[in-house]
Amino acid sequence: MLSASTLQTLTQLSYLVAAALFILGLKRMSSPVTAVSGVRWAGVGMLLATAVTLLFVAGASTLNFALLLIAIAIGSIVAWVSGKRVAMTDMPQMIALYNGMGGGAAAAIAAVELYTGNEHNLVHLTMATVGGFIGAVSFSGSLIAFAKLQGLITKSVRFGGQKFLNLAILLLTVAFAFMAVTDTGLGSGQLTVSLFFAFALVLGVAMTLPIGGADMPVVISLYNALTGLAVGFEGFVLDNAAMIIAGTVVGAAGTLLTQLMAKAMNRSLGNVLFANFGESGASSGGGVTGTQKAIEASDAGVMMAYSQKIIIVPGYGLAVAQAQHKVWELSQLLIDHGVQVRFAIHPVAGRMPGHMNVLLAEAGVPYDLISDLDEINAEFETADVALIIGANDVVNPDARTNKSSPIYGMPILNADKAKNVIVIKRGQGQGFSGIDNALFVLDQTRMLYGDAQAAVSQLIQAVKAAG
Amino acid sequence: MIDGVIALYIFMLAAFTGYEVISRVPVILHTPLMSGSNFVHGIVLVGAMVALATADSTLVRVIGFIGVVLAAGNAVGGYVVTERMLKMFVTAGKKKAP
Repeated sequence: MLSASTLQTLTQLSYLVAAALFILGLKRMSSPVTAVSGVRWAGVGMLLATAVTLLFVAGASTLNFALLLIAIAIGSIVAWVSGKRVAMTDMPQMIALYNGMGGGAAAAIAAVELYTGNEHNLVHLTMATVGGFIGAVSFSGSLIAFAKLQGLITKSVRFGGQKFLNLAILLLTVAFAFMAVTDTGLGSGQLTVSLFFAFALVLGVAMTLPIGGADMPVVISLYNALTGLAVGFEGFVLDNAAMIIAGTVVGAAGTLLTQLMAKAMNRSLGNVLFANFGESGASSGGGVTGTQKAIEASDAGVMMAYSQKIIIVPGYGLAVAQAQHKVWELSQLLIDHGVQVRFAIHPVAGRMPGHMNVLLAEAGVPYDLISDLDEINAEFETADVALIIGANDVVNPDARTNKSSPIYGMPILNADKAKNVIVIKRGQGQGFSGIDNALFVLDQTRMLYGDAQAAVSQLIQAVKAAG
Repeated sequence: MIDGVIALYIFMLAAFTGYEVISRVPVILHTPLMSGSNFVHGIVLVGAMVALATADSTLVRVIGFIGVVLAAGNAVGGYVVTERMLKMFVTAGKKKAP
């Protein structure tokens, strides 16, 4: 058996290797060619750190060690099965869920430190509490984000004075945190700690409930960064370098990603979190006049079969209808007809950055056919048809021209510049954000109503018949 | 072992590293990347394991147990979905090859 100090050194060294593998892994994920190996490198780091830690804690009481093995088994099996089964379209909420679990684990570590009361170093106690606070908010907030995307919560809860209520909850949380750290709580310290965590959890729920589904990508990304930070803080408390480095790297990376996404929507992060977007949109964005003109799938199919260049703009409606495979089938058919087909992806299309890229990749669309906003916007003018599948706000020309529109100033895909626009849409109503779309009533726009998968299937038949 | 200013140095360097590593990632990899970084903070598992191993009361044991379950879920789930997503990215050139 190894001596305690040897084991200690071995553990620290394995954490060093794990941290290096995490950073290298993330680095390799920055290119599609090396990305798969990147996540595997990080996976090896995780396995190594876990295995050595298992050795390290083998001296614990039999009860604790048995509980530990059972807990790892439960968590791993549940996550493995759910992760393998989840449909690609449901990825965002699954990531939100796993992220929330990480936040919860960080909060649990903080709770253990605070409840045990063995820690008397003020700096460590403060670190544990801050990490616990962030972790708890990330935990309950991510669960609400999951419930919203999964359709378990469909309404955004908003009421007057909500911001003040949230502020009050925040202040109460901070007050209890202060009492927990300085041990000046009400009678028993454990009650103070419990109240602190309860209020932190409520804060996460209260913060996330009023945020609309369209803003969820930014929110999930933010909670991802927060969980990273929480893990980093708990790493300080536990003297665990792997947790400090991995947590901080994710915290910084996640913050950058969150900023990029908020920027793509031309809004500040504060605006996303506190402006209750979409509520006022329905009333102030009502400057759209004109009627939507419907088209039959057969006519649309003919139009597309005889086009030279088609740009497809997918949105969340594609994900909902699971239409990505049908869309690729249609594209291949058109390519065989000699039509040039491109995909245009808005940075915030869908429910996460790159959500559409993942779906199209699942269907087998080569990523060289896929372009982002800056690359493709100049090309709409030369396109015969812009085919909009379940996208709405990201192609709304009001964002360029109508100053009273809530999305004014947001960069959009210039689908309105195409010679013809075909919009596949479930019905005549407003989209997810409740804003009228000026694109839908343009002269060159035709609406193809129906579920995205059914509509694209009809288009496939129509193109086949045409050619 | 890690204390005071040294801890701050680690924090600072790690923050810059995270920022630099991610700033070069193309948009198409943003979702897998978020998922991948989500997997990386699953390292919280080792902390949760240590916390549970040293538990000395039922309350702490229960919290530690929940912590390990959640952390293991974060790590394993994060890995599985990230790998699934990344495996799907292929170029047109690669596709034509057998």
